Amino acid sequence: MLSVREITKVFGGFKAVDRVSFDVAEGEILGLIGPNGSGKSTTFNLIAGALAPSGGSIEFLGRDIAGSPASHVARFGIGRTYQIPRPFRKLSLLDNVALAAYYGQSEQPSREKAYAQAQDALGLVSLPSSEHARVDGLGAAGLKKLELARALATQPKLLLADESLGGLDESEMGAAADMLAMIRDRRGVTIIWVEHIMGVLMRVVDRCVVLDHGEVIATGKPHAVANDPKVIEVYLGTDAEEVQKGIAQRQGDAT
Amino acid sequence: MRALPWILLAALALAPLMGMGNYPLHMLIQVLLWGFVYTGWSVMGRLGLVSFGHGAFLGIGAYVVVMLWNSYGISPWIGLPIALVLAAVVALLIGYPCFRFKIVGHYFALVTLALSEIARLLIVALRDHTGGSLGVTPKTDLTESSYSLVAMQFSNKLVWFYIVLAVWLAGLWVWKKVDQSMARLALEAISQEEDAAGSIGINVTRLKLGITLISALMTCVGGALYAQYQAYVNPDSVAGIGISLQMVFGVIAGGMYVRLGPTVGAAFTLLLAESLRLMFGNSLHALDSTIYGLMLILFIIFMPKGILGGALEAIRRKKPMPVSAQNA
Repeated sequence: MLSVREITKVFGGFKAVDRVSFDVAEGEILGLIGPNGSGKSTTFNLIAGALAPSGGSIEFLGRDIAGSPASHVARFGIGRTYQIPRPFRKLSLLDNVALAAYYGQSEQPSREKAYAQAQDALGLVSLPSSEHARVDGLGAAGLKKLELARALATQPKLLLADESLGGLDESEMGAAADMLAMIRDRRGVTIIWVEHIMGVLMRVVDRCVVLDHGEVIATGKPHAVANDPKVIEVYLGTDAEEVQKGIAQRQGDAT
Repeated sequence: MRALPWILLAALALAPLMGMGNYPLHMLIQVLLWGFVYTGWSVMGRLGLVSFGHGAFLGIGAYVVVMLWNSYGISPWIGLPIALVLAAVVALLIGYPCFRFKIVGHYFALVTLALSEIARLLIVALRDHTGGSLGVTPKTDLTESSYSLVAMQFSNKLVWFYIVLAVWLAGLWVWKKVDQSMARLALEAISQEEDAAGSIGINVTRLKLGITLISALMTCVGGALYAQYQAYVNPDSVAGIGISLQMVFGVIAGGMYVRLGPTVGAAFTLLLAESLRLMFGNSLHALDSTIYGLMLILFIIFMPKGILGGALEAIRRKKPMPVSAQNA
């Protein structure tokens, strides 16, 4: 459904993303991984419309979206979360999410419908959907959930999840991974999951694209990627154990 | 309790008929007129778009209408729409680049500050047409009658009172409509996290332009009415930094997050200016500005919600049962 072709982003003289190409099939969870500074967040922002590419094309459902502003990309059916949560702090949780439902769809729903969809999205990530629930008091995990609920309320076909799970402990990380899998399974939302830690990601992704220095160095099934010498070199085996653990946690994956 | 606002409104509407003196009536008209202008400012100001450029819209309203009447005999009823179009064009010209390139916060305030000063300097520079810094008086059409509908001139203050009252109420209605809309929530979201707002499909530039337009047009109407009512304007009273600052001060003093806050602010600034004038005459020229500045700082530190906002909060805290104080 998404086809990224040779996208490049140059900041000054620095090529943050260099001719990156990959495809995302409908219904899959694609892991976009790489060490810090590898260009994965830039790639992510290029797809989401937060940045305009210096070259290349991004085709989504037959439409070239490269360079479209973020608000248009959202209405085309691509939802995103932020690595560092950016909630509207002074609004209630419900208003946060209802705004996404109201403004983020290709056809603007009625206000009532937007609020119903917002409650639904909050329910899906198990956050309170009462009018009085505020952003204050949400922990790191709660804020991540709010990001997800807000993105989901735009009824995306493709969800870009920027999940630096840094602020979460191990069980929260696992829960976040399971939540993404649940969202895909229940809503049929295709997901690109951006992550720099490979371990927990291996548990749920169908395929990985590994970036380093702005280039794709490997693409494929999780364990194939994890055993790729180039990938191992990039990660210097730092979390090899975690990766194996993540793979071991995969359920019913025969390949 | 629900009838209370209507009773107060009726009392306000009838008050001048009870034999109010000329001076109190004049003050009341001023409060409502500036209350309307301040309300117009707050419509965008309270959503994080702090403008120091509203003097320009006030000036366009005042001067365009008067100039068209004086130079070409064009009735204010036609002059006002022309002024509104011009104000809209200026609002878009200044707003679009600001919003498109994410000029927000202090930077936005600075850009708009320049706008109000440009407007003032233009009026002064075009002195052959505008009368320069001496100001200008709309040519009177009251030689034969006590009123002229065509010229929007009325010698009877009561007429002005009801015109201004209606306009002021219309301003409160606009505020309410904006308040109840999803656009207000979206603009609040924008003022908190602009990028995130864009990422959920909110067209940031369009919404900001929309609210700026509403605010600019209201201010422009206020300027036109002010010129017609006073039958005299000068560049300092309707354009430039001074009046723009006074607007911001009044709104902050009254409280920009409640609907009647800007009007309370207008009453407060007018009373302050009048009492200073009575106390010191015109001998101390920049005294009022100095005091405004000082009070602005005090308000921001000690009463950020303004007089009305602070008072309502205090009442709410005192009462055990939360009253649905839906004034906002």
